[in-house]
Amino acid sequence: MVPLSWYLALSAVLFTIGVAGVLIQRNAIVLFMCIELMLNSVNLTLVAFSRFLGDVTGQLFVFIVMVVAAAEAAVGLAIIIALFRTRETLNVDEADLLKL
Amino acid sequence: MEQFAQIQVSHLFFLAFASLAVVAAFNVILQRNPIYSAIGLIVVMCCLAGLFLTLAAEFIAAIQIIVYAGAIMVLFVFVIMLLNVREEDAKADRQKYLKFLAVPLFLAMIAEVMAVLKTVGNPTASETVPGTVESVAEGMFTNYVLPFEATSVLILMAIVGSMMLARRESKEETDDIEAALTAANQPTEIVEESSEEEVHA
Amino acid sequence: MSSLINSIDFPFVLGALIKVVIFWITIMIICAYAVYAERRVLAVIQNRLGPNRVGWQGLLQPFADLIKFIFKEDIIPMSVNRALYVMAPIISLIPAMMVLIVYPFGPSDLPLPGGEILSQLVNDLSTKLGLGWNVDLRTINLYVTSFNVGILYVFAMTGLGVYGIFIAGWASNSKYSLLGGLRSSAQMVSYELGLSLSVVAVLLMAGTLDLVKIVEQQSGWYGMRWNIFGGTSAGEGLSSLAMAIPAIFAFFIYLVSAIAETNRIPFDLPEAETELVAGFHTEYSALKFALFFIAEYVNMTTVSVLAASLFLGGWNGPFINVFPWLGPIYFLAKVFFFLFLYIWLRGTLPRLRYDQLMSFGWKFLLPAALLNIALAAIIAVLVY
Repeated sequence: MVPLSWYLALSAVLFTIGVAGVLIQRNAIVLFMCIELMLNSVNLTLVAFSRFLGDVTGQLFVFIVMVVAAAEAAVGLAIIIALFRTRETLNVDEADLLKL
Repeated sequence: MEQFAQIQVSHLFFLAFASLAVVAAFNVILQRNPIYSAIGLIVVMCCLAGLFLTLAAEFIAAIQIIVYAGAIMVLFVFVIMLLNVREEDAKADRQKYLKFLAVPLFLAMIAEVMAVLKTVGNPTASETVPGTVESVAEGMFTNYVLPFEATSVLILMAIVGSMMLARRESKEETDDIEAALTAANQPTEIVEESSEEEVHA
Repeated sequence: MSSLINSIDFPFVLGALIKVVIFWITIMIICAYAVYAERRVLAVIQNRLGPNRVGWQGLLQPFADLIKFIFKEDIIPMSVNRALYVMAPIISLIPAMMVLIVYPFGPSDLPLPGGEILSQLVNDLSTKLGLGWNVDLRTINLYVTSFNVGILYVFAMTGLGVYGIFIAGWASNSKYSLLGGLRSSAQMVSYELGLSLSVVAVLLMAGTLDLVKIVEQQSGWYGMRWNIFGGTSAGEGLSSLAMAIPAIFAFFIYLVSAIAETNRIPFDLPEAETELVAGFHTEYSALKFALFFIAEYVNMTTVSVLAASLFLGGWNGPFINVFPWLGPIYFLAKVFFFLFLYIWLRGTLPRLRYDQLMSFGWKFLLPAALLNIALAAIIAVLVY
């Protein structure tokens, strides 16, 4: 049986990589993908605990998190498309003023 | 190392999926071409689905592939292709000293995580395995039916919101906005400027 | 190391591997001869002769095609994205093939002729090698695994197959490929919804997502209690025939969505020769094109298998209780019927334009599937 701490360690590593990506990346879409990576690592933690405690609530929570991530991805990408149309760039460093 | 003698095939599966997931995650943040980052993220999601299978959560594993790898990432890749995002030119880092701060902080975080995990210990897996569709459905439609209904409203909001945000304004809408502004007696220079900007965008 | 070897259940793994190999060979032969059958049947519809030179009546044509594909020159254009260009056919093919572990070819616990001798041989061999297995081969199951979420697994693999298409379109770095790839994948993603929702009406009858169990439930009425005649959920006797109404609607919605999902005529504008040269596989030659081709036919076979299992009772048929080995024959007959239906539609119908196709999928099929689910739920509650 794989110990619980291994799953938690993997989840922490993936979460850290996601945070590093959010801080490093300048492309808006790749930034979004790093946020999805963080959400996925949290899903792994939830499912691991659900298995080790024998409770299905963890998996239900994962279901809700997936739905929220899907909704957030759709709306976020729509915002990025609208932003791209006016500014012609996806670099988040350049989007630092409300004026174009 | 006597621990190696106790290794089982489930450990091997975990190590294979986990190492592939970590390599692909590094790929996501370090690649310059966004399509390669997206492919890295798809690999991470499929590896996580494999890990969910090792945790006997087969419903969540199937949903992970259908929703995340099969729909959300398709959306991401579509947007990258439609916006024709090219490789990034390597610009000069404005804050080079952050690199020297990042690595020690990362090592400190790893040390903290290891310390916390030592106190967690190794609980044995529970006897009841709640991974089947029947058990998830039983939980969802009895105790947690309110969050379920709330998520359906959330998805409806996301559909309407993303359609409103991402579409172009048609000519009739531009004329309507102009007419409304003129009827409200706005000064004419602002009406012409805003109509020019809307036609450009 | 001993704990590693002890933790692997070798009889199960070996049995699964053997079954996977046998099923894979079966599916490959079915696909190869589906290509041949398509050319002959289209020829009959179009009032000409198909390939009938190679071997008796042209039956060796698939092998001739395979040899041609292997020996053709493999051209890789200079401006393509090499890594993605080479990976795309493989990404398209692997999920298509992975579905075959849930196909229910025949009833469980089929009596294997010569089973005792075989199990004794295997057990003696394993004791000689010091492994000490205890297998029981008197009855075999004609499926690789009875997955608790079988249908979701099929949809997951279909969803992953979309990637091969638009990565091919994008990596080819040409206008026709990119447009064809984007349109094909948008079409596939749109009709996946109709496909999944039409299956939900059948799931209301079955109560499980396990494909093997769904087929087993259709064994009543001397093997004719198929889901399209009402299935087993809504009461006993003739009152269950009321569930046939949503089942028939679901069947037709499923068929139309399946044809659109696999990019076949009348829904194949993104890869029609007169429109977009060849769509996403314009720049592909030789073996890579053959891989796309095989992936398309394996997808067709998957969808046919699902239609046969969910709606027409899979391996069920008359006299199935008396001669269980008739199961695979009925199953293959139904799958061949659906493949023939695909070919027949290809020869008969014109194409839909892309906007007609998309509006049909979103504005008609999706609401129809949702209303069908509501209808099935109402009938199940009223009749049961």
